[in-house]
This record gives sequence, structure tokens and C-alpha cells, in this order.
Amino acid sequence: MLSLSSVSRRYGAFTALSDISLDVPDGQFLCLVGASGSGKSTLLSLLAGLSMPTSGTILLDESPVVGPGPDRGLVFQSGAVYPFRTVERNVGFGLELLDLSRAERRRRVDWYLAETGLTGLRRQLPKQLSGGQRQRVAIARALACEPSVLLLDEPFGALDVQTKEDMQLLIRRIWQDTGTTVVMVTHDVEEAVFLGQRVVVLACDPGRVAADLTVNLPADRDLSSKRLPEFLALRAQVEDQVRAFHHGISA
Amino acid sequence: MTTVVDTPPARPDWPALPRRKPARRAKVWAIRAPIPRPARVALIACSVLVPLVAWVAVSAAGAVPEQFLPSPQAVWAAGLDMSRAGTLATDIWASLQRILIGFGLAIVVSVPLGLLMGGFRAGQALFEPVVGLLRYLPASAFIPLLTIWLGIGEPSKVMLLFIGTVFFNTLMTADVVRQVPTALVDVSYTLGARRGEVVRKVVVPHALPGMIDCVRVNAAAAWNFVVVAELINSEEGLGYRIARSQRFLASDRIFAILVVIAVIGLAIDIVLRLLRDRIGRWV
Repeated sequence: MLSLSSVSRRYGAFTALSDISLDVPDGQFLCLVGASGSGKSTLLSLLAGLSMPTSGTILLDESPVVGPGPDRGLVFQSGAVYPFRTVERNVGFGLELLDLSRAERRRRVDWYLAETGLTGLRRQLPKQLSGGQRQRVAIARALACEPSVLLLDEPFGALDVQTKEDMQLLIRRIWQDTGTTVVMVTHDVEEAVFLGQRVVVLACDPGRVAADLTVNLPADRDLSSKRLPEFLALRAQVEDQVRAFHHGISA
Repeated sequence: MTTVVDTPPARPDWPALPRRKPARRAKVWAIRAPIPRPARVALIACSVLVPLVAWVAVSAAGAVPEQFLPSPQAVWAAGLDMSRAGTLATDIWASLQRILIGFGLAIVVSVPLGLLMGGFRAGQALFEPVVGLLRYLPASAFIPLLTIWLGIGEPSKVMLLFIGTVFFNTLMTADVVRQVPTALVDVSYTLGARRGEVVRKVVVPHALPGMIDCVRVNAAAAWNFVVVAELINSEEGLGYRIARSQRFLASDRIFAILVVIAVIGLAIDIVLRLLRDRIGRWV
């Protein structure tokens, strides 16, 4: 269980996040949405341990998060794959740091390559890959460390619509196959409602929880689920929440 | 608290903007655009042939005394002469050896130092002020001091090369290291890497092609300094041979040695470029 209590983060006089309390049970798929500036990404970097809360605590399985570690895999929007490593060596990075036999490492890398559809590309360099393929490398690399929580920071934000839908189906399948807790930041409400079991809406200025919604849709969703009336209703509800806390252009 | 844009004021009825005629697109001199192959070949040929032809023409016309501008034939003959006598080989080796030691030492010091300055804010704070200052001291101004400290033998020459290249190579290496994306460092920590592992497995491999480029650029400076160092006092070396030839007004020999220096410099450049391209295949 990932548990945040009264987490705040300030940068000087600016409060990016104020008094966030959330409990994310094991295996949950949680989506964080909110207008830009609501501190979604800040929250994710706190969960990753890349920055520390100004106050409050973050616990993962009862132990406090004090820094980054392989129990919380992170995928950036940019992917941040190692350009100088082939696909398989990217995926194997975390495993290289552990005391594993070559065969054991290889067996695991092979599984994650297959799971993300990268087996045929294993010897390619990132510069030879498309944006979607690169994102799959980043996901496989994070998963190979068997994290308790997978943190996704707008992972599909830079992809075209078709690739994005492929990736949504992929991440759903990975989530079902591995049972990993997923916390995903996105600005795409449709994506959040489609993927999440739960959608948390953040409000800006200061970043805080504005709404915490449960997605009551069938577990066996596919792309056609996006046309169901209950899907559309929930999507509209979340969009209203996001808009309500967004400071638009004042005339 | 939703704020919707109010009806904006209608745009005033300005006169239509004047339109400029579209510019004709340049074929050869378009900014950054590739050029036709024939144009490329012609330009490269010009770059080499024009100075060469001018040299041949001027010396053949006898417009300039042979002592000032020897003919290409005379230069070729002088070069052949030196290489037959064996002095050319010993001179090249003597200069090359100084470069290997002096510049090699500079690389050994500047790469870790650059890594420290580019990879760590603490390293930057600690070293950048002094290295940034020392870089502005002209290496040739150290010659008198080096002679006092180390005498007129090999150590002072090697030291001059070292001083002349170490600071630039450090600062350039630091710049390359600073260009390693922070996201790569962050993501490595989330994959369980420790600080040392991030340096070894992420920062260094990412910076390596750039580091080789720094060495390539500074190798040219090393050639400058080795000649300067040998002008002072030595028994062999390409710079020494130039100084000695001057005493006999043998400008044909000086020209021949300059050609040799240029060719060796180019060869080093090409080798380092190939190495960079091989190591940096991923770029």
C-alpha cells in the first residue's frame, strides 16, 4: 500500500502541493488528472523520491520513501531511454546492478521484451525507434525491476492518437499480467477514465485533491468501452471537475 | 470559478498588410540545406587547388625571391632530402613523443577533473573559478618560469604542452558532461543505481563521444605548443628543425616541415574522428 498523509511541497513562496492525503491499495490503477500547474508531476516525483515533501509523509508498505529506488519504477513523458544502449540493454539496466546470473537476467529481459512487443527490436538503438517504441522500452525497463508501484508521468502525451490507444491497451494488459500498482499522471481525461479504477482530480494554486472518483466500468474494457454511456458520463463529470479548477484566460 | 473568454473586441478595419514577393530559393548558398553533389565537389576542389595553383604560379613567375617563397619542387626536394638523411623521422618521433607525454598527461588530468566539474555542482564550485582563470594565462608566457623551475630539458617542454592544453580540455569536457540529460540520471536512480554506477554506466558513456571531440580539438593546440616549446632549446623535433632552418635561410625546409605538421595533424584528426564515430554510433 502506498500511503500519503498531509503531503505538501513548497518552492520558496510558491506552494505546488498542499496537504495531499491518499491511500493507494496494492494493485490499484490510479490516474491523476488536473489542469497544468496543479502539481501532478510534482506529486509523482515525490512518490518516486526524486524530491522530498516539505511536510507530510509518504509510506510504501509502511516504510517511508526517502529517495528513489527500484521499488517505484518511473516512466517519463520523454521516455529517458539510454541512447547509447540497445533495447535489450536498456531493459536489462536495473538487473545488471543486481547479483544475477547471465541466464537469469536474460530470461527476465526476454519476458519483458515479449510483454511489450519489443523482441524483434532487441538489438536496435533508441535512435532507430519510433516514439511509441521508445516508450515501451522505458516501461519494460521500469517493470524489469519488479517495482511495487509503477509511476507513469504523462507517458503517452507526445504520441499520436493511434499509437496512444495501442499503448493504453498495452499498459492495461501489463497491469493485469503483473498486478503492479500503477499511478499515472495524464492531462487526457478520456485516458484517465479508460485506464483508471480510480481518478483523482487535482486543483491548482495550491495543488490539492479536488475530487476522488471511482470508475465503475467493467474490468474487461476495450476501446469500444469509450463509447458506453456510463463511460461518457463519468468522463464528462471528470472534465467538469478539471475545468472548475482551471484558471482560464480572463478577458 | 470557470473563466470563459468574453466576446473579444472586433478587429479594427486596418488596411490590408502589404505582402512581400516570395524570395527565390538559393540553390548552393541556402542556409544549412544540402547542396548538389557537383557543386560540393567543385567547391572542395577550389578550396585545395586555388591556393596550390597560386603558389605554383607566383614561384614560377619569379615574382618573389626563392628565400621568401620556395617553389613546390624545392619544398618537395627539401622534404625528400630530410627524410633520406633520417632527420625527418627522428624529428617527427621527438615531437610526437612530447605530445604523447605532455598532452597525454593533460588528458589524464582533465578528463576526471572535467567529469567532476560537469557532473557535480560541488566540483564546479570548487574548480571552475581557478580553472576558468588559469585558462586565460597564455601558455607561452610560462616558458621563462618553466625554464627556471625545470631547466631547459624535456620536462619543461612537456610541461608547456600540459599547461597549454589541460585547462581548455577540462572546461570543454565539463561542458560535455553537463549536457547529459538530468532525466537519464534521475531514471537511473529509480532503477536502483548508486551514484558511482550512474557516473560509470550513464554519465561517462553518454559523454564519451563528446570527450573524444574535445581531445580532437585540443590535439591541434598540442601541435602548436610542441613547436613553440622546441623553438626555445632542443636538439631534435620539428620545431627545432624549423628554428635551425631559419638560420640557414632554408625556407624550403621550413615549408616542408610545415607540410609534414599539417599532414600529421590531419591524420590525428581523422583517426580521432573515426574513433568518435565508432564509439558514438548511437548519436
